[in-house]
Formats: sequence, C-alpha cells, structure tokens
Amino acid sequence: MNALILLSILAILVLYLGLYKAKNALLPVSLLGLGAGLILALLEWNSGAAPIYDGMMHFDNFAVAFTSIGIISTMLILLISKDYFEHISDNVAEYYAILLFALVGILVMVSFNNLSMLFIGIEIMSVSLYILAGIRKNDYKSNEAALKYFLTGAFSTGFLLMGITFIYGSTGSFDLGLIKNYVISNPAEISPLLYTGLILMIIGLSFKVGAAPFHFWTPDVYEGSPTIITAFMSTAVKTAGFAAFLRLFMICFAPLHDFWMPVLLVISVLTLFIGNVTALYQHSFKRMLAFSSISHAGYLMFAIIALGPDSVNSVVLYAAAYSIASIIAFAVLILVKRQTGSDNFESFNGLARQNPFIAFTLTIAMLSLAGIPLTAGFIGKFMMFSTVLSEYHVWLVVMAVINAVIGIYYYLKVVVAMYFKSAERSEIQSSPYFNFVIGFSAMLTLIFGVYPSFISNLF
Amino acid sequence: MENLTQAIQGVPLNHYILLSIIVFAIGVVGVLIRRNAIVIFMSVELMLNAVNLLLIAFSVHHNDPSGQVFVFFIMALAAAEVAIGLAIIVMIYRNINSTDVNILNKLKW
Repeated sequence: MNALILLSILAILVLYLGLYKAKNALLPVSLLGLGAGLILALLEWNSGAAPIYDGMMHFDNFAVAFTSIGIISTMLILLISKDYFEHISDNVAEYYAILLFALVGILVMVSFNNLSMLFIGIEIMSVSLYILAGIRKNDYKSNEAALKYFLTGAFSTGFLLMGITFIYGSTGSFDLGLIKNYVISNPAEISPLLYTGLILMIIGLSFKVGAAPFHFWTPDVYEGSPTIITAFMSTAVKTAGFAAFLRLFMICFAPLHDFWMPVLLVISVLTLFIGNVTALYQHSFKRMLAFSSISHAGYLMFAIIALGPDSVNSVVLYAAAYSIASIIAFAVLILVKRQTGSDNFESFNGLARQNPFIAFTLTIAMLSLAGIPLTAGFIGKFMMFSTVLSEYHVWLVVMAVINAVIGIYYYLKVVVAMYFKSAERSEIQSSPYFNFVIGFSAMLTLIFGVYPSFISNLF
Repeated sequence: MENLTQAIQGVPLNHYILLSIIVFAIGVVGVLIRRNAIVIFMSVELMLNAVNLLLIAFSVHHNDPSGQVFVFFIMALAAAEVAIGLAIIVMIYRNINSTDVNILNKLKW
C-alpha cells in the first residue's frame, strides 16, 4: 500500500523536476523512488494485511510478489532508457512520469479487492500506455500503433465493463468476497446473468493480455511502438494482466471452474498455435518477439485452467523468467537497431565476433524463452506443465510440448545468425547501463534456472 | 429523488437489460464495420453508455448506491479516454490528412 502512495507521489515529483528543467535528476530520482517503493512493498511480505479502504484493496503476498516483478522490470527498463527519450523530444520528464503512472495502474491491478478497483487500475495503466505507444509524433508507425492500441483497448474496456455490470446485477455487489459468497451459497440457482458477465469479462481480459482470438492488435502495436515501450508492454503490463486475471478467478470464480475451464482451454490452445506458428514466418526480430509474447500468454493461461494452490507460484515464476529474458532481448535489439537501423534477423549476423558479451547474454535470453534446462524459462515451463498435469489435462501438455518445440526453432534463428553467419560490421558501442542490465538479467536467468528454490517455494 | 427511484423501479428490470444489450450491440457493430476513427470512437462511447444505463437500473433494483458511484468512475475515465483518444486522432490527422483507419496499414506481416 505504501509503495502505491510513494510511486504516485514520485510520478508527480518527476513532473515537477521537468518543470524546473532538472533533466539530469530525472533518471536518478525515478530509480531511487522505485527502489524505495520496492523496499516498502517487500516489507509488507507476510504481514497478514487485511483488506483496506472498505475492502477496496488487499495488499497480500500475491500483490507483493507481482508488485515486485513490475517494479524491478520498470527499473531495468528505465536504466536502458538513458538517452533514449532525449532522441525523441526535449520534454523528457513527461515520459518518465507517464511510465510511472502506468506502473501505479499496475500496482492497483494486482492488489484489487473490488471490481471497481480492477477497472480503475486497468484504465490508469492503459490510458498511460496509449500515450506512450505514440510518443514518436512524426513517425508513421508509432502513430498507427497508438491508434490501434487505443481503439482496441477502449473496445475491450467496453466488454470488461459490461461483464462487471452483469456480475453486479446478479450478485448485488462489486466486492470480491461478497461475490464469492454469492457463488458458494446457492450454486443451484446462480442467475444466468452471472455466466454472461463471466464470459464478457473473459473476453475483455483476453484482449488486455493479448490471447487469441483477441490478439490481433498485439503484433502491430508491439512493432510500431518505440522499443522501450514495447519492452514495458511485454513485461510489466503482460504480467499485471495475468495477475489480475488470476486474482479474479482465484478469489471469486473458483467454484464455477467447470463452467469457464473449457472456454479458457480453447483460448489457450488457440493462443499457443497462432502465436508460435505465425512467429515462424517473421523476418523482423521485434515482430517475432511480439508473436512469442502471444504464445507465452498461452502458457501463462495454463495456471488459470488448472486453478489450484500452485497456480500463483507458477505464474510468478513464469512471469519473472519471461520478463527478464524479454528485457535482455529488447535491450540488445535497441543496441543493434541503433547501429544498423533495422530490426531484421540479418542485422544480427556476425554479432558474436564483434560483441561476444552481448551475443552471449542474448543467447541465454533466447534459451530461457525457449525453455531449455538450466535457465529460468525451463523452470517456469516445468512448473506450468506439472500444474496442468496434476489436473489430468494430458493432451493439453502434449499440445504445449509440440509448441515448445516449434518455439525452439524461431528462438534459435537469431542465435544462429549471431554465431554462424558472418557479416562486415563494426563493434557496437554499448554503454555501462546496457552492460549492467543485460549482464544482471542474464545472471538472474541462470540463478533461477540452477537454484529455482529461491522463488519456487514462496507461496 | 424518491419519485425518480420509483419511476425507474416502475419499469421491469428485463426491459432495461434488453435496451442496454441492444445499445451495446449497436456500439459493437459500429466499431467493427465503420472505418472512420472518430465514428469508431463514438461507437465505443455508445457501449460505455449502455453499461452506465444498466448499472443505474441494477443499482436502483438492488437498492444499493455503489452501482451509481461506479457510473461516476466510468464517466470520469471515459472523459480521460476522450482526451487521449482525440489527441491521438489529431496527431494522425496532421500526418496523413485523414482519419480513415484503412489507410493505416503500414504494419503488416
């Protein structure tokens, strides 16, 4: 809770720093504030917090875990954004402030205890992201990404709200606890309005997390947005979307498992196949990462399908592994694009000879995303698959394994380009910030991969 | 105020649900078939207004004010979305002199 207040104040403070032209202070102040927010969030671990503000929010261990993932991802992304925003405009303070406001929305999303807070959290985050997607005002692609994101985002908000309204109509409350009581107390005579509302909410949330068949905006928006913003969208935002999804279904609708499970099953399998098969045909590394993020949404959905005591843990681990690996991939992409001006696979040719360190970290990231043992991604996939297996969805695991194999092919394409294809290129000049971020993330990936007990026994 | 509540309660709840679903469906169809960004945007607002109407009806029928408070949240956030959305549309209009979403097709695989 304190973290939420601190970050809101921090965002306003950053705006004031911009007003007084203190450009050099922006990054250090943001990072210090985020660090303090992280510590405040972690202090509430296991404090047995009760719902606050008349049951509006509940800062439990679930919220602390996802808040930490969000804050750490944002810190890493801010570190690589050094000198990035300055290329776009003279008024950089706003970008930091909007990014922080989006993070505030994420914090609300992962700690809601009332459907109105879910809505407000999603909107705070989305409205900030609409602006961020279009910060390159004169770039055609950025414009298009902003408009597509805005129109699909507003459209999906409509579905989400209609779902919330139907649930309110049948239960008479927005409070998660009261809705749960309604669902448990008279299972035989649940109003059909509730089921309609549930389906509409699944549609709205699937839009937000980019799950098929509501994924069509994801590749365009991810490709068109500035790379830093894409990194933020595919790490912190995606994690928050799944946290909200899981929290809602875990607290409220677990007793109706038999009703919504088949729906999510179909969505998950479709997402896996569409994401992975389309990623095979991509020539652009950035667009490939967009499709890979769709396919990871499919894997993350497994935890909700096999809702149980292990679900939270597997989502935390998977989301953390996926986020840090994606940050490495996007950081390297920024460096490569700065040098060659293109984000195609060919622009990675021969990178290993000139920049062995960068090529090595990107290899670790790709192995982690593909789920090769000794990386965090493997542990994440392993936990997801074992959660699903414990619910006896054997054929779902078979589908997932087929998809994991397809995934290895396109993830290794960039590794092959870096190590086995030669090209005339000069060494990339990387700044210490970049080296720290990619080195630190690669180290985390390996540590979680070798000693998963750090975060696999949290819950 | 009492009269208003009674007037709303005088109409059966099913009528409100049907009306809202029809308005909502008009909004959804509008988003899917219209090609002008501003008209799409208006259709989205129509969807939100259907939600507002239904929330008020449920709120009166449950005799519970929280539904009406939620409507204020929706109105405030819809206003924020309008501000951002129109800014994005103006930005695009300056670059391509059109608000037709079919022209925006640079990003494709």
